[in-house]
Amino acid sequence: MQNLDDAAFADNARDDAAFDDDALTAIDPRYIPATRINYALLMLFPIVGGVILEYSLGRYPGAFLIPLMAAAAFIILRVPGRKFRQWGYHMAPGHIRIISGYLFNSDTIVPFGRVQHIDVDQGPIQRPYGLATLTLHTAGNHNSSVHLPGLAHADALALRELIRAHIKRDML
Amino acid sequence: MTETGGDAAGYRLSQIGVMVNFIAILPGMAFPILALTFGVQNSNFGGVSVPLMVAAWLAFSVIYFALSWVRFRYYTGDADIRIESGILSRSARSIPFDRIQDVGIEENFLARIFGLAEVKFETGSGKGDEGKLSYVTTQEAGRLRTLVRGHKAQAAADGAVHDIATGEIDTPPLYAMDSRRVLTLGFYSFSLVIFAVLGGAAQQLDFLLPFDLYDIGAWLGIAADNRSAFDDISWSARIIAAAAALLALIVIGCATGIIRTFLREYGFRLDISPRGFRRRRGLLTLTDVVMPLHRVQAATVTTGPIRRMRGWYGLKFISLASDGTNEEKGDKDHAAAPLATMREIRDILAAADIHAADDHLDYKRGQFNRGQAAWWMVPILIAILLGLAAMTGFILFAQPGWNRSVLLLLPILLIAASAMAYAGWRCSGYAMAGGQILVRHGWWRQTLTIGQMVKIQTVSIAQGPLSRALGLCQVEFGIAGGRLTIPGLKRAEARLLMAEVIRKVSAVDYSKISRHDGGPVGTTV
Repeated sequence: MQNLDDAAFADNARDDAAFDDDALTAIDPRYIPATRINYALLMLFPIVGGVILEYSLGRYPGAFLIPLMAAAAFIILRVPGRKFRQWGYHMAPGHIRIISGYLFNSDTIVPFGRVQHIDVDQGPIQRPYGLATLTLHTAGNHNSSVHLPGLAHADALALRELIRAHIKRDML
Repeated sequence: MTETGGDAAGYRLSQIGVMVNFIAILPGMAFPILALTFGVQNSNFGGVSVPLMVAAWLAFSVIYFALSWVRFRYYTGDADIRIESGILSRSARSIPFDRIQDVGIEENFLARIFGLAEVKFETGSGKGDEGKLSYVTTQEAGRLRTLVRGHKAQAAADGAVHDIATGEIDTPPLYAMDSRRVLTLGFYSFSLVIFAVLGGAAQQLDFLLPFDLYDIGAWLGIAADNRSAFDDISWSARIIAAAAALLALIVIGCATGIIRTFLREYGFRLDISPRGFRRRRGLLTLTDVVMPLHRVQAATVTTGPIRRMRGWYGLKFISLASDGTNEEKGDKDHAAAPLATMREIRDILAAADIHAADDHLDYKRGQFNRGQAAWWMVPILIAILLGLAAMTGFILFAQPGWNRSVLLLLPILLIAASAMAYAGWRCSGYAMAGGQILVRHGWWRQTLTIGQMVKIQTVSIAQGPLSRALGLCQVEFGIAGGRLTIPGLKRAEARLLMAEVIRKVSAVDYSKISRHDGGPVGTTV
C-alpha cells in the first residue's frame, strides 16, 4: 500500500504521447455534410410543428417560425462543423482514445484488452458518403458502447482489424 | 472486406426461422388487435377497416422478417464470429472467440417442432444483446458450440486447469445475522413506502370507493362543515393531535421496515467456498445465490450518520452484469452483509481479495483527495441568485392581498441547500492505494466504493457547459455491473488520474482476470 508519489505520477503522464492533443487524428470531413442531412431531417419535425402553431394561433406573425428557423439554421449549418472540429481519436499502442461531444464533451480511453466485441455500422445517410461508425463494446455498465462516427468505411474496417489483432495478441 | 475464414460466402439463418419468428410475435399482437377492434367500434371509422388494418400489419411483419433474413449473414472465421445484419442500416459485428463467455442454445416449444434452435453468444458486455442467431438448425447450433468450445479448450490448455469439487462442507459462516440484528436493520430500514402503495392502490381502484376521491369541492365542503368544530379545539389539544399523528407515522414506518427486512433478510448467512461467496436468506422465499469470486468487480461499503455512530456498515459487491441471471431474475442486488461491524466487513473484503486500510474504511480520518468545492457550491450560488431575483420581483410587484410570510421560506430553503452541498463536498473524495481506487460520496447515504484498477473497463473525462466554464470536469470509470464517478476535478488532475489508471489497466488483459479460475466457462444448453 503506497500513496501516490505526485512527482513520479506527473512524470509518467508527461511522457505518455497518448495524452498529447496534437497526436489526435481528425475524423473524415465528409462527416459534416452527412450530419447536416441528418440534422435537417431531424429538424423537420419541430419545423412542421412550428408551421402548424403559426397558422393555428398566429396573432403575431413569425412568433414561432422565426426563432425556430434561426435555431434550425444554426443547428444545421454550424453545429456539424463544430462537432467535426471537436471530435478526434488517437490509436495508442494499447488503447484508443476518443474525444467526442459538443455541449457535453467527453474524452474516453478504451484499452484494447477490455474490448468485448466491435461493430462497424453504416446508416442510409452515411452510405452515399462512404462513412461508417465504429462501436467498441466493453463489459462496463457505464460507457458500455463507445461510438466513433465519421470514419471512412475502409478506415473503420481497418481500425476494427487492428483492434481485433490486438485482442488476439494479448491472449497469446 | 477481408475474410479470415474459408466460408467467404457466409451462412444464412434457417428459412423456416422466418416463420417461427413471425408466429412468435402473434400472441403479443393479440392484445393490440383487440384494443384496435374495440377502439374503432366506438369511433366513426366503422368496423370494416379493422380486418384490413390487421392484414396490412401482418403483411408488414412478414415482409420485415423476410427482408431481415435476406440481409442477415454470419461468418465463422478462425478468430471470431462475424454477424452482418440490418435492412437499411447495416451493422457488421465481430465477436472474438476469446471473448465469448458462454454459448447459450435455447430451444423453445415452437422452434423444437421445426428442429431449430436459437444460439446466443454471451461476452459479458454491459448490454446483454451481443450476438443472437434466431434461428438455426440444431445441427448448426451444435457445430457453433463445438467451434467455440474448441477455441476455449485451446486457450485453457495454456493455464492450469483445476476442477473444483463442489461438495458440501459444513464450515462456520463467514458472516451471519441473528434475529436481533435483523430487527436492528429493520429499524434502520424505516420506510413510508406503504403510503405510496396505498396512494397507488387508491388511484387504481378508485372506482370501488363509494365517493369521488378527486372531488375537491366535496372535501372542502366537509372541511367547511366542521370548521366550527375545529375552531373549538384548544391549542394544546391540537399539539397533542399533531404529535399523535407524527408518532403514528413513525410507528407505521418502523413496522413497514421491520416486516420488509424480516421477509428478505431472515436467516442471512454468507459462506465462502472455492466457488465463491454463497448467500442464503429469506423468510418465505429462501434464496440461495453463489457469487463467483472472479466476477466481483468492486465493493461498496455504505453507512449513514446514525448507523456510523453505532458502528454499523453495509457491504455490497458490484458484479458482472450477466451475473445472477439464473438464480435471481432481474435482481441486481449483490448484498454481502446488510448490517455488519467494521471488523466483519474487513474479513469479507479480505476474502474477496480487496484490501482497504482502516483509515480509508473509516470515514473521518481517511486520506481522501476532495474535489474542488466550486463543483458543489457554484450551482447553489446560481440558485441563491435566482432566489434573490425572485424575492426582489415578489417585493416589487406584491399585491396587497399576498401573503408575505412565503418570503421567509425561500432563505430557509437556500440555507438548507447550501448546507447540504457543503456536506456533500466534505463527504466526497477519492484515493488510490495498492492498485485499488477508492471513491466515497454522500453525506446522508454515505457510500465508499473500492474497485481494483485492473478491472476498470473504460476511463472517460466528461465536461458539461457549466463545468467547462468552471474549468472542472468529472472522471468516469466504467466497470462491469456499475460505475465509478469522481466529480469536481481540475482538468490537469483528471488527466493525470486517467493516465495512471490506463497504465495499470493496459498491462493486464481483462479476459484473463475474469477467467483466472482456469478451465473454459461452462456452456449451457
